[in-house]
Amino acid sequence: MRGKAWKFRDDVNTDEIIPARYLNTSDPKELARHCMEDIDPQFMEKMSPGDIIVAGKNFGCGSSREHAPVAIKAAGVSCVIAESFARIFYRNAVNIGLPIMEAKEGASKIREGDIIRVEPEEGKIINETTGEEYQVAPFPPFMQAIIAQGGLINYVRARVGESR
Amino acid sequence: MHAIEKILARAAGKDRVRAGEIVTAAVDLAEINDLYLQVIQSFEAMGGKGVWDPDKVVFVFDHYSPPPTPKAADNHRVMREFVAKEGIPHLFDIDAGVCHQVMPEGGLVRPGMVLVATDSHTTTHGAFGAFATGVGATDLAVVLIRGTLWFVVPEVVKIELTGRLPQGTTAKDVVLGLLQRFKADGFVYKAVEYAGPAVTDFSIAERMVICNMAVEMGAKTTYIQPDDKLREYLAARGIEDYPIDTTDPDYEYAEVHQFDVGQVEPLLAAPHSVDNVHPVGDYAGTAIDQAFIGTCTGGRLEDLEMAAKVLRGRRIPPGVRLVITPASKEVFLKAMATGCIKDLVEAGATVTSPGCGPCLGIHQGMLGPGEVCITASSRNFPGRMGSPQAEIYVASPLTVAASALRGRITDPREVLEEGS
Repeated sequence: MRGKAWKFRDDVNTDEIIPARYLNTSDPKELARHCMEDIDPQFMEKMSPGDIIVAGKNFGCGSSREHAPVAIKAAGVSCVIAESFARIFYRNAVNIGLPIMEAKEGASKIREGDIIRVEPEEGKIINETTGEEYQVAPFPPFMQAIIAQGGLINYVRARVGESR
Repeated sequence: MHAIEKILARAAGKDRVRAGEIVTAAVDLAEINDLYLQVIQSFEAMGGKGVWDPDKVVFVFDHYSPPPTPKAADNHRVMREFVAKEGIPHLFDIDAGVCHQVMPEGGLVRPGMVLVATDSHTTTHGAFGAFATGVGATDLAVVLIRGTLWFVVPEVVKIELTGRLPQGTTAKDVVLGLLQRFKADGFVYKAVEYAGPAVTDFSIAERMVICNMAVEMGAKTTYIQPDDKLREYLAARGIEDYPIDTTDPDYEYAEVHQFDVGQVEPLLAAPHSVDNVHPVGDYAGTAIDQAFIGTCTGGRLEDLEMAAKVLRGRRIPPGVRLVITPASKEVFLKAMATGCIKDLVEAGATVTSPGCGPCLGIHQGMLGPGEVCITASSRNFPGRMGSPQAEIYVASPLTVAASALRGRITDPREVLEEGS
């Protein structure tokens, strides 16, 4: 995972990530079109696939809508780094296969536009622009496996396949 | 162990669990609302063949009821077909109300249970001594297949509420006061237990309010130790048989806080975050376009009665919209029986069908660009009730009713004094 950092503040809520007026669909492409619309209406024009969202505390608070991480993933964001995540968002992100990293130091030091590389297995975030490196606690193995499979649906399917 | 740990231990088939441990727990009740067709899609995509226990599954059509779009109507159709095919006995259709109100009213929520629902305000059910938490679509689909889900056993924060609520204040002002102090990320990943004499004094409805909005402080779940008041509430709904867990005296809380409800004044959360909390007086005089009373936070009979107390025999000014959404059919019927609905309608209110109403910004009272709304619901995020250029103030039903009456943000104590 490597891309340009887009910075967001503390307490970004899921209404800002994907407004309720678009929740009638569960089509990821349609949701992606409105990703971050109510916090940065130009986000989808500015970002490129592979870019990384870097935010403050409590990212993804508010509504439990799984559409939020789905929209971010379908928008092409390769990873979300935050000081902390709201817990439902955290679960939903893992379940739909959106890589997320809880990195207190990294999230506050990374500046908008920095080029960031993430190595999830090692729990490492590298800021290529400044040369800094931030260590984070890696996910428990079962969560890593879910993300690596692209989400819980594929993970369950694969395990059902194995047991046959 | 804490009572919450005892609930999780029982559900996981273990003698002991401790904070930080990941357990796989059996789920006693799983609720899906009409925002979440994705649950059925994920269930089918994972090869789901038959839900694990239809008696433990609940569908509630509350967010999109009655359907505001053809797509919403079609989503309801697919869900009704799923409910029929799977033999699920609990379908609360478009006439029923908000899931967090209709489930307790329907006798489905009881102490000691593990309850998951596709809604963040599932923390409400800590008021009933349940372990209850919100999950997303894929998690819920896994529950439908297996009947279990993994949880991290949470640390528990105890908040002791003391004192008596002053005139003109409500449980909503208490939870806004807590948000002011602990902020929107105060309890992320943690459980919040409310205790103390003020909690004992609170009605079940008031307890539901403070548990409901704990999620706005990031809480995973809440807990109030079941007492006689709860036992009476449950007995009235035919529920007599349930375990009551108690916290061991040597349990060590992650944090303990005291909060004197006697010091609370009417508060509001100003745009655009739930923890931007100030005294109502700081914003007095701000002109409003809409006032809203309803939802799982502020649409119970007690809330409607507070509004009627302010508005009875009076009239809201022209050009101000007052939208009232009873939380459930039961609330609606009772409010009709007490005359409260008549009073509100005569005062100029627009009453909608039970459900979530305009809270999530898809129908029944959306806001235009530049409009200002004061609401008894829980959230004021940009775009939450329609236009991202609208401004939303979150306050108590008393404050909302007083503001509707004047057409501008008003401390309810002014209006209550006048009326007495």
